[in-house]
Amino acid sequence: MMIVLGLETSCDETAASVYDGKKVLSDIVSSQTDIHNKYGGIVPELAARRHLETIVPVVHEALEGSGVTLNDIEGIAVTQGPGLIGALLVGISFAKSVSYAKKLPLIGVNHIEGHVTAILLEEEVEFPYLGLIVSGGHTSLYIVNGIGSYRHLGSTRDDAAGEALDKAGKLLGLGYPAGAIIDRLAKEADPKAIKFPRALIPGAPYDFSFSGLKTFLVNLVHREGKEFAEKNLKEIAAGYLEAVVDMLVDKTLKAARENHLGTIVLAGGVAANSRLRQKMRETAAEYGIRVAYPSTSLCTDNASMIAHLGHRYLEMGKRSGLDMNGIPDWPLPQ
Amino acid sequence: MTVVSGRWSVVSHCPEETRKLGIKIGRLCQPGDVIALDGDLGAGKTCLIQGLAQGLEVSKESYVRSPTFTILNVHEGRIPLYHFDLYRLSDLDELEEIGYREYLYGDGVSALEWASNVEEAIPAECLRITINRIGETEREIEVTANGEKYERFLNLTSCSR
Repeated sequence: MMIVLGLETSCDETAASVYDGKKVLSDIVSSQTDIHNKYGGIVPELAARRHLETIVPVVHEALEGSGVTLNDIEGIAVTQGPGLIGALLVGISFAKSVSYAKKLPLIGVNHIEGHVTAILLEEEVEFPYLGLIVSGGHTSLYIVNGIGSYRHLGSTRDDAAGEALDKAGKLLGLGYPAGAIIDRLAKEADPKAIKFPRALIPGAPYDFSFSGLKTFLVNLVHREGKEFAEKNLKEIAAGYLEAVVDMLVDKTLKAARENHLGTIVLAGGVAANSRLRQKMRETAAEYGIRVAYPSTSLCTDNASMIAHLGHRYLEMGKRSGLDMNGIPDWPLPQ
Repeated sequence: MTVVSGRWSVVSHCPEETRKLGIKIGRLCQPGDVIALDGDLGAGKTCLIQGLAQGLEVSKESYVRSPTFTILNVHEGRIPLYHFDLYRLSDLDELEEIGYREYLYGDGVSALEWASNVEEAIPAECLRITINRIGETEREIEVTANGEKYERFLNLTSCSR
């Protein structure tokens, strides 16, 4: 069993983790939410600059918290893509330097693959299972046949689910991250009070579309006025969230049933949404399908999922060279 | 200084018409064209660019998604389409980091959503498109040709034709 240091800098979190093959020894995330809040979203250049400032202290903290030293580390795993290139390069360059200086094996891993397999850190799930990756930048369904073997079933055609929530938050004047705020507001209102449309895409049963929902909200606010929107904020949040959740649940269940998959795994930041978890569980139970999701800190961006996946690949003998580069657009291996 | 060669506007009654206008613009595109788009959330910028991609013969398998999160999506077509989204950006430095100049002055068509967020990034010569919401599904689409090179887009005066 190898002790692996994992690094993640693909988006707005600088994260480091130490994993020994059985247990996560430490998991540090330096969130950039504070600076992004001001801009109502992630500002890529700020992200890259902040990663550069925080990576060293974050790695130090991860090592300290793990009870091992850099000399005990036996392998380095780093997110190689997809993500913002400037941000990715901070983690990759750091990983390469440590790998070179300490003569340690290096592995670049796929961020999405890290998310869809993160559940394995916390519980046993039999392959194949259905993975729903749902975050600010992604909304996709994959059949996970095993580590390194995936089949893409469908994706969003326009906005990602988390982006749909973020933009609704912007329209409603909520803060960032809007997803968590909408989740909280929605709990206090009837989701059926204000009805939002659900998009169907003819001929593409596993694809998603959220842009019509966004336009519906724009029209609602225009038609009824700002005062109405402020007064009915909770009802709007609840109705909007319910539409997002229903579209995710319907397509995911359809995919699980049609492909005879007994387990659905939720992953990505939106998988932390309580309404999504609840409705997916309730609906899946009707068909005898199990729903699994990792704890919230493993749903949002983190380095433990990278250390875990990297550990598996390193144990299989896979290595990346020092000429490794960031891959902003990297589909999962088939 | 901006050289306005001409301007026209048209009313689109639904997303399908907006997309069709995008297709027509896409068919006329040449390597190196820059299209700067503005319009509020839900105005139909991505919709227009989905049409543009179709006009550029981008494969239907390649979904033209909102690049809000990724900032830039590249699609292969008759000419490559560089689809930018400046929604989350506020100054030029941020764009410099992703090497946007190489795309803008490259051999593809660059389409930039939320162009006015980083006005200094937009070349003086470009096709400027502003989508104004005038009803639930109706949009006024204003097209301005800045520079002689973009005058070929001045003949497109209707969504439906």
